[in-house]
Amino acid sequence: MSKVLDNLRYADSHEWVLVEGDIATVGITDYAQHALGNIVYVDMPEIGDEVVAGEEFGAVESVKAASDLISPVSGEVVEINEALEDAPELINEDAFANWIMKVKLSDAAEADALLDAAAYAKLCEE
Amino acid sequence: MEENLIKTCLHDRHVKQGALMSPFGGFDMPIQYTTIIEEHNAVRHNVGVFDVSHMGEVRVKGKDAYKFVSYIFVNDVTGAPDGQIFYGMMCHENGGTVDDLLVYKVNDEEYFLVINAANIAKDYAWIEQNAKGFDVEVKNESDYYGEVAVQGPEAEEVLMRILGLPLDEIAFYNFKTFHIEGEDVIISRTGYTGEDGFEVYGSHDFTRRLWDKLMEAGVTPCGLGCRDTLRFEVGLPLYGDELADDITPLEASLSMFVKLDKPTDFIGREALAKQKAEGVTRRIIGIELEGKAIPRHGYPVEADGKEIGYVTTGYNSISTGKSVAMAMVEKPYAKLGTPVAVRIRKKTFPGTVVKKRFYDKNYKK
Repeated sequence: MSKVLDNLRYADSHEWVLVEGDIATVGITDYAQHALGNIVYVDMPEIGDEVVAGEEFGAVESVKAASDLISPVSGEVVEINEALEDAPELINEDAFANWIMKVKLSDAAEADALLDAAAYAKLCEE
Repeated sequence: MEENLIKTCLHDRHVKQGALMSPFGGFDMPIQYTTIIEEHNAVRHNVGVFDVSHMGEVRVKGKDAYKFVSYIFVNDVTGAPDGQIFYGMMCHENGGTVDDLLVYKVNDEEYFLVINAANIAKDYAWIEQNAKGFDVEVKNESDYYGEVAVQGPEAEEVLMRILGLPLDEIAFYNFKTFHIEGEDVIISRTGYTGEDGFEVYGSHDFTRRLWDKLMEAGVTPCGLGCRDTLRFEVGLPLYGDELADDITPLEASLSMFVKLDKPTDFIGREALAKQKAEGVTRRIIGIELEGKAIPRHGYPVEADGKEIGYVTTGYNSISTGKSVAMAMVEKPYAKLGTPVAVRIRKKTFPGTVVKKRFYDKNYKK
């Protein structure tokens, strides 16, 4: 069974979001890392990039395939997880501890529209 | 979704062992049991087993068997001892590749052809059609045979122990037929991984019993995921990526298997001889990229500010950690050391043309 954390919000494209003030931390879920298998590369945005909710902001690559990362929120990228450049497999080890980017939200209410843990857990079961 | 996929004789094993299943060449095949990286490393360093029962087998028998096989196959089987195996292609009249295959020489009047799963119907029809006028019987035995490939440095030891057979007497690219448990079983020292190993062809029942014994012996079950990463690292082509109806073996950089000077005529010879004389206009090469982004099939290859080709297969090599690709590029860019770039999503990643063998083969004998 894949892990789902109660304190996070989720997109149906399998990204998670932690909102703290006007900063959103974004990663992919345990379900997503499990479905992808061995992650060997994370194509991350650059600091200063504008990301838009529902649009692609990078990609995560397993041995076999590349999957687009879809931003669950809109705003400016203020930090990326540089540890993933050399050790993308950290996401396989713990998808929630190893976030991908931090975004300064342009619309803090946006995250409220995302799924809560219960709704996301249900989505994963389907 | 399931669209009438064929199940191999080991399908129930794969499902029970928790493999991730996916369609391949019309079959429902295991992609991985645990992870591609674990299975890949098992084959490189120990031993793994693949269900390759989806492969097709065609037997050619009759007085003209040598003449006929020589006519449809670009490699030269002339004068070979019984028990030898040849890799090569069947080509269209225009030089394009019908399929790549192994030809097992049983004797001058009998050959056993091993073809790609996705091409079984096409190949069989093409072989039959070209057999007119030859005194041969062509039989598609794909439904009879199950096949496993036992691959890795420990393959010989494990398989000899399980079967109690002198497999150490079989040289690389040779085979023997053994009478085991009341049936003929073909065992060859071949594979598609760049490691030592064997391929075993037997009935479905035999194949299931052998699989179970291999599992009991602790051999790692491997899916098609790592079969692709393994063959790729040692520069072996996959039909559909590096070879196709509209790609000639010369363009695929496989000219060493095309014997234009052999004593018999063969289909495609004229076109291939002409292409060799004039020089190919495009060719498959290796590319090593800077950085870890992964070039995938179909991604554009660029140089001098324009598109000069496309990636045929690419990975972050599990054995070397480098991002590498095989790619079809215009001839002027095929030289070793040529700077090229691969477009991956929105960015362009610089790289260099290298040999398409990214990892050295470890064949035993």
